[in-house]
Amino acid sequence: MELICPAGTPSSLRAAVDAGADGVYCGFRNETNARNFPGLNFSPEELAEGVAYAHRRGAKVLVAINTFPRAGALDLWFEAVDDAVRAKADAIILCDIGLMAYAAETYPEMRLHVSVQAAAANPDAIRLYVDEFNAKRVVLPRVLSVPEIARITRATTCEVEVFVFGGLCVMAEGRCSLSSFATGLSPNMNGVCSPASHVTYEETGGSVVSRLGGFTINKFAPGEPAAYPTLCKGRFKTGLATGYIFEDPVSLDAATLLPGLKEAGVTALKIEGRQRSRAYIENVVRSFREAISALNEGRAIPAGALQPMSEGQSNTLGAYRKTWR
Amino acid sequence: MKLTLGPVLYNWEPSIWRDFYYRVADEMPVDTVCVGEVVCSKRLPFFQDVVPEVVERLMRAGKEVLLSSLALVTLERERKQIASLAKEADLLVEVNDVTALVHLAGRPHAIGPYVNVYNEGTLAWLGRNGARQVCLPPELPVSSISALATACPDVALEVWAFGRLPLAISARCYHARLHKLTKDNCQFVCGKDPDGLPVDTLDGQRFLAVNGVQTLSTTYANLIENIPDLAALGIASCRLSPQTCDMVAVAAAFRDVADGRLSPEEGRRALSEICGEIPFSNGFLFGKAGVDYRARSPE
Repeated sequence: MELICPAGTPSSLRAAVDAGADGVYCGFRNETNARNFPGLNFSPEELAEGVAYAHRRGAKVLVAINTFPRAGALDLWFEAVDDAVRAKADAIILCDIGLMAYAAETYPEMRLHVSVQAAAANPDAIRLYVDEFNAKRVVLPRVLSVPEIARITRATTCEVEVFVFGGLCVMAEGRCSLSSFATGLSPNMNGVCSPASHVTYEETGGSVVSRLGGFTINKFAPGEPAAYPTLCKGRFKTGLATGYIFEDPVSLDAATLLPGLKEAGVTALKIEGRQRSRAYIENVVRSFREAISALNEGRAIPAGALQPMSEGQSNTLGAYRKTWR
Repeated sequence: MKLTLGPVLYNWEPSIWRDFYYRVADEMPVDTVCVGEVVCSKRLPFFQDVVPEVVERLMRAGKEVLLSSLALVTLERERKQIASLAKEADLLVEVNDVTALVHLAGRPHAIGPYVNVYNEGTLAWLGRNGARQVCLPPELPVSSISALATACPDVALEVWAFGRLPLAISARCYHARLHKLTKDNCQFVCGKDPDGLPVDTLDGQRFLAVNGVQTLSTTYANLIENIPDLAALGIASCRLSPQTCDMVAVAAAFRDVADGRLSPEEGRRALSEICGEIPFSNGFLFGKAGVDYRARSPE
């Protein structure tokens, strides 16, 4: 199984490659990228340099152009595809049907991956992208259990990539407007979810209230660590209960599922977190590299290697465990 | 301007579901009616036996009927259900997940609001594949709607004009989770909330609503004041999504504004009376937070 790692900056790209990534994924510094955060991402020149660096060390670079192009402004997205091809990227990761049509027609030799943002969650949806746009790999949305993933890999010729570590989207990706409803900025159109520009914290008597777009997302007692107000991981009130009604503030760690994912025929394992620091990336990549090597060599997978990364928060197997639903 | 009644998104009692559509057939001034389960495939068996008679009654009343498909398809039985719907239906299928597209290629069909159509490249591709009409994703701003209508005049465009906004869909059932159940053993508790289960902030501010695996806005989208502007852009139809309020009266207000019998402002006042305390929203149209409401003219 390939290990695909996040690279929010050129220096993270080098760190991930040096730590043993088989591939890194990254994007341009604009709204064509679903991680369009200030201070992150690549210019076309930086991308070309990053690709050259990775290729010298035998690693691949996958370019995520994974927002939905704005009507009347397709050129920005077409240029991103052109720039990725020019930089000699190994694949482009797309979610929009129209953009896939452009890429497949203009660059038939370019390797196309279906982004998780396309939410292709079964063999027929995947077949559409394979038949129409010659997609070679699909990144599955985080809504499937391991046996369901195994059924998909058996039913398709397309390579399958799954998330194994980092932030957990609990809604089908590419089909969520919660953030847009509260803030006017959208993951699909603007490449941001729960954007920092719309976050406020208010402290009174040691308690902290976090808000997004004016909506209270959480309240923390004195001494309780105040998590970032990601909308679907907030505390809310209903007639039945008050609390984390969508998901607790946990992140995904599927390290213990690696044997099952290998058995299921998964081609690539993806680590989330292009906004993370270089040191974090280095640690997580090294740890997963070691786990995959152990798996491939029949050794026991080292336990608890990622504990330092998850300190102060808990982890989940998410939808990989069917009872999560 | 045509009016389309979207599919019932909630888990309504089968008899109430059937009677609702009978009333639609007899009394509601809409041109097109969508029928089918979009949110959770587990609900379909409860009402699928009455679908044929509902469809027949709607067609006898002169309505065009669309068969809506599921929005998130993960299970084998859901895949099979989509395949047979696409293969066997002699009515237009409304596609709510690209899964159905592989079965419908080259045949006329409709695209529902859960398929991501954000730009003219995608719209043109879908049109070439057989899409005759497309209900746009509710979060699109008017600048995008306008660009789409200009670029692809052959595909009839529809906007989400009334009812809670569908904001997210998940594999996890939040209704079951709130009742300390799992999706596999949900006891169909979503049926307890025929208009969605309110999710408020810790301060008690209205915010969202849960409907099984779906998350909606607590506000009702309401574009009645924007009908003249949408018509001027060439939008073919307004979608009204069923809520538990008097939907016949809602449709009548939309019909009256579209036909010029009621001013947009009077239309909004009429809807306020019908919907009671539920706040309205149309912020997505202006590229603002979807929860916002901007009145057409200050009163």
